[in-house]
Amino acid sequence: MARARAELAARGSYGRLLSLLAAPTRDVAGAEDALADAFERALRTWPESGVPGNPEAWLLTVARNRQRDDLGSAARRTTVPLDVLGPDAGQGDSRGRAIDLGAGGAATRPDRRGGDAQPNSATPATPLADPAAIDFDAVPDKRLELLFVCAHPAIDAAVRTPLMLQTVLGFDSNRIAEAFAVPAPAMAQRLVRAKRRIRGAGIPFAVPARSAMGARLPPVLEAVYGCYAIDWQRVSGQTVRDSLAGEALYLATTLAELLPTEPEVHGLAALLCLSIARTDARTGPAGEHVPLTEQDTSRWDGALIARGEAHLRRAHALAVAHPASAAGADGSRGSRSTAGATAGASGFGRFQLEAAMQSVHCARAATGETDWRTLRTLNEALVRVAPTLGAQVSLAATIAEVDGPEAGLAHLDALAIALDPEAAASAALARFQPAWATRAHLLMAAGRPDEARAAYAKAISLTTDARLRAHLQAQVPQ
Amino acid sequence: MRYSLLLINQEAQDAGVTEEDMAPFRAAFDAYGKSLEAAGVLVLADILQPVAASTTVTLRNGSLQVQDGPFADTKEKLAGVFVIEVDDLDAAIAWAEKCPGAHYGVLEIRPTAISFQNGAWHELA
Repeated sequence: MARARAELAARGSYGRLLSLLAAPTRDVAGAEDALADAFERALRTWPESGVPGNPEAWLLTVARNRQRDDLGSAARRTTVPLDVLGPDAGQGDSRGRAIDLGAGGAATRPDRRGGDAQPNSATPATPLADPAAIDFDAVPDKRLELLFVCAHPAIDAAVRTPLMLQTVLGFDSNRIAEAFAVPAPAMAQRLVRAKRRIRGAGIPFAVPARSAMGARLPPVLEAVYGCYAIDWQRVSGQTVRDSLAGEALYLATTLAELLPTEPEVHGLAALLCLSIARTDARTGPAGEHVPLTEQDTSRWDGALIARGEAHLRRAHALAVAHPASAAGADGSRGSRSTAGATAGASGFGRFQLEAAMQSVHCARAATGETDWRTLRTLNEALVRVAPTLGAQVSLAATIAEVDGPEAGLAHLDALAIALDPEAAASAALARFQPAWATRAHLLMAAGRPDEARAAYAKAISLTTDARLRAHLQAQVPQ
Repeated sequence: MRYSLLLINQEAQDAGVTEEDMAPFRAAFDAYGKSLEAAGVLVLADILQPVAASTTVTLRNGSLQVQDGPFADTKEKLAGVFVIEVDDLDAAIAWAEKCPGAHYGVLEIRPTAISFQNGAWHELA
């Protein structure tokens, strides 16, 4: 019971507590240690003393006391070896191993402080404040600041999503490593390095000013989206890890609550709602891949679609009302042409446009058909804002639906011609599986089966996912 | 064409990687092997023992020399070989990027020049 309460408090409040503890010192690792100690103490004492009326405030107070103790013994602290990056780097991220939130997980945490005996007293020693006197609901929520720290330009892009999972959701470093298919010590090292950087470089726990929002928000959105996208990019064959789609949605929804006036934030929340709503329908009865246009709409999650539509309406209203404030409108496109959440002249950002496209597809549940013309308009806007290979290939398929397969093929051909044959992008297109699968499909629709066969063969040779390969093989003309 | 995907990385002992650390990674390699097999591209997949178990043999100087240890003492070592039969380099890259080892090591993709099959050396197309 007490354990269940402790875990509940952990799940709901981990990020709030950690951001409060880390913000003043920028010492994320120290805050994690302090919070882990507080959770440990809760698990030890709550079964006897009862669950406090204000568990979050209790945890905050105990953790703050721990932080103060650590500060008071800074001399001793410097003698504690930070061995994670040292020659014995195999011991995992014990500093970051804050609490195991997995099924039935207890707050297991290796006691790194050798010789530093844990106090066994049931009550925290001389608390700074009486937890009962703290109104936790009135305590400021610093998670938004924490998200901006995690996705700060000075933090390596590859570690931003893992950092969010660990600091906002309290994920164990090992579980993050598993999700990203990275060995545990390597992930632990990246996380430790990032936290050192936050402290060492003095990355502030602050929400950027409006003028900087256009440049600072897109990496936050991309990192949250990255939590959803790992499923799609990293897995070879059958998924060997749990999907983090739920966590991505939680982060996106939280971000929308904390930053409710940014259209792209709602765009991202909408995109995730609408995409996740179709998860079940992507798999047929025999475990086969079911493409979007063939999915049984009765297997879509109507409630989640409604949530997505609400976010999309909000995003649209905000973008129309304040076009200049749309993320990235000030030209943060800069060096990276594929920057995620930049917005075009229209003020509609990448995520909002992608969500709008998902919404058009979802409308089939009500109307029975897909409005391809609207999809093309949206897709064209998306290509202007975020000219990724994926968006371009998707546009070719959409054009084909409106103007016929030859028009779609012409768009694919134009793509290849537009690229410098020596450039890396050209090679990337030449081995981009969706481009070949789309080409094969369009050649078939255009009545060119011989060329289609060759394109299917190429697409299949590039497909490492067994389900997708079976789906393609079933379409190869005899 | 036949390609060898040569996995090159720091050895576990040097990198401080423990058995426990590798456990979740085994599942990824398991899925990878199964994916290669299911796609019908797998010729061979071997993860090698550490170079501590290595022996080199040469008659280059006229006499037999058998020595402990690897040929070249480098920081990163050949750790595994995945031989696959695919259409072209693009497909080989697609498989190399899915190899779990790519997250901590480097995959060198080398096309086979000639291969001994059915009693003779053949150039593989």
